[in-house]
Amino acid sequence: MGKYIVKRLALMLGLVIITSFLSFVIIELPPGDYLSLYIRQLQLGGEVVDEARIESLRVQFGYGQPFIVRYGKWITGILFRGDFGFSLQWRESVSELILSRLPYTILLSICAIIFTYIVAIPIGIYSATHQYSLSDYLATIFGFIGLAVPSFLLAMFLMYTLFIYFGVPAGGLFSDQFRDAPWSIYRLWDLLKHLIVPIIVTGLAGTAGNIRILRATMLDELRKDYVETARVKGLSETRLILKYPLRVALNPMWSTIGYLLPAIVSGATIVEVVLNLPTVGPLLLASLRSQDMYLAGSIMFILTVLTLVGTFISDIVLVISDPRIRYE
Amino acid sequence: MKIKPVNDTVQNQTKIRTNARTKCQISKEERYYTASPMRLIIMRFLKHKLAIIGFVILSLFYLSAVFASFLSLNDPEEYFDDYTFSPPQFPRFIDSEGLSIRPFYYALEKIRDPETLQMKYTFNTDKRLYIEFFKSGYRYELFGFIDTDIHLMGGQDGAPLFIFGTDSLGRDLFSRSIYATRISLTIGLVGVFITFILGCLFGGISGYYGGWVDIVIQRIIEFLMSIPMLPLWMALSAALPRQWSQLQLYFAITIILAIASWTGLARVVRGKLISLRSEDYVTAAVLSGVSDARIIVKHLLPGFTSYLIVSVTLSIPAMILGETALSFLGLGLQAPTVSWGVLLSGAQNIKSIALYPWTMIPGLFVILAVLAFNFVGDGLRDAADPYKEG
Repeated sequence: MGKYIVKRLALMLGLVIITSFLSFVIIELPPGDYLSLYIRQLQLGGEVVDEARIESLRVQFGYGQPFIVRYGKWITGILFRGDFGFSLQWRESVSELILSRLPYTILLSICAIIFTYIVAIPIGIYSATHQYSLSDYLATIFGFIGLAVPSFLLAMFLMYTLFIYFGVPAGGLFSDQFRDAPWSIYRLWDLLKHLIVPIIVTGLAGTAGNIRILRATMLDELRKDYVETARVKGLSETRLILKYPLRVALNPMWSTIGYLLPAIVSGATIVEVVLNLPTVGPLLLASLRSQDMYLAGSIMFILTVLTLVGTFISDIVLVISDPRIRYE
Repeated sequence: MKIKPVNDTVQNQTKIRTNARTKCQISKEERYYTASPMRLIIMRFLKHKLAIIGFVILSLFYLSAVFASFLSLNDPEEYFDDYTFSPPQFPRFIDSEGLSIRPFYYALEKIRDPETLQMKYTFNTDKRLYIEFFKSGYRYELFGFIDTDIHLMGGQDGAPLFIFGTDSLGRDLFSRSIYATRISLTIGLVGVFITFILGCLFGGISGYYGGWVDIVIQRIIEFLMSIPMLPLWMALSAALPRQWSQLQLYFAITIILAIASWTGLARVVRGKLISLRSEDYVTAAVLSGVSDARIIVKHLLPGFTSYLIVSVTLSIPAMILGETALSFLGLGLQAPTVSWGVLLSGAQNIKSIALYPWTMIPGLFVILAVLAFNFVGDGLRDAADPYKEG
């Protein structure tokens, strides 16, 4: 086990390095840069921008050096000082900007995963045990809708209907009176109310796939002899299903968390933008639009690293939960 | 004397017919056993009702993309300044006067709300206006060379007809949605073409040669699969130069979308190649001195073409959704180009749902197209499985 974890960790470290490089390439990719945008802004504001000023800005923003040197500076800053650079648009350090928003993105993603499983597992079991029944077809249709409706449309639609009929707040993460208030039970309750729509929308993306996986593996397991044996021995149907076939059938679900996680983060990004949440998604979009590339690249980097860590954890969980999987 | 032979022939004919029927039944069974794999796949596919429905929907979509100019009611780029945000005039068949076989609609009238002083639209229900067919409208070139002005439908006496309503600038949403079909549905096809090339190339190299090449390619695939795609797509499309033409942007976006989908295909190709490579018939071919290229094309490829088709069909909807999401965020295709995503980006906030819900109609097109592709893909998957009972 220890050897396996070390091996996986080494692999993950390699991937993190590649990710950081890729993120930095993306930072460098766009033609034009924030500097020229900034100079244009200054000129529009009526300031005289001469060569010396441009040169000093260039040095200040770190544009003068070759590509690899800037990458080296950026990555060592992250590794040794936790410094992701400086956001040119916000005039704030990237780390602080992201840190104030990242927890909500992580919270949303975790809740969405939990939602996915809470919805997918019972429906998957039910449609496997009641194959070809009306509810099985309904579950399939529900799954297909989750697959086909663009998440931003679903987000707007849910936001509107829940607001009109149930008074669930639309958009944002906090009501006005709680935005800057200290943490309390009421503030938490307010946050939860605001999280309902984003969790449902983000979670539904992975639900459809998981229902189908669980249904298929459950059907395979239910046909096996040990199920019949248990039934003959007089085990009640509920106990039987929960105790044997379900445990086997759940394994593929844990192992697909590696693919679920990127999907959730992707889904969360667009939902956050539509619902205007103070999270990482809108920050990424804004930074891409204004070519504030240190911010954009850092967000890409952090999101990918988080996904890699999540996948790593899920692999470890899978090895622990299924003794048949040996550490190759 | 004369009647008998007639009777005879009738009896004979029935006999022949019954004979023919039994023959037919036998040959039907026989046909199943002697059918070629392709024929079997088609037979099984035709049994999958949802897949057939999906196939019909897709055919209609692509036909309407080809005939978009003929089907549209108004020039998609024409601004009807007097009719901004006009509600949809769905064709009606029934009203207080009874049923009408010819579809009709009511003229729009603008009134000012006496309380809020806002401009509002009402339908003039006193008079039916009939939808006229094969009516002349704006000039266009069918297939790019037939100069004509005949359209499938048109309003009566020049009264404007907006089946899906209009957008904020008074452009006809129905015509725009139909035109958008061209971009939105071809982006999937072009993307899939790129996916296909990348997937087969890398999957093929990885599976056929194995060794360290295989390891490197597999790590790259795993890496790409573990990146959240939307942020990557967003970053890459934000990096596209802004002075690029519409066509350049279009192809750049398809390439960006293909980055996500070739990995799945490459895995399928690799897995199939590895399992087929060790089959006896391949060993036999190798021993007979058949060249590598011929083995791949002649002996290995036919073994999994069906899987390739399935995998490719199922990756189209993800691309359509990807394009829609990117364009919605304003990072994908840009304004003069019309795609479903571009149309939806005009309906970004809760206000549009509350006041102008018809601006969401392009979303229904997206849902329908994605569902149809999924159904067809599922049908193909079941049909292509040779171990499934037919």
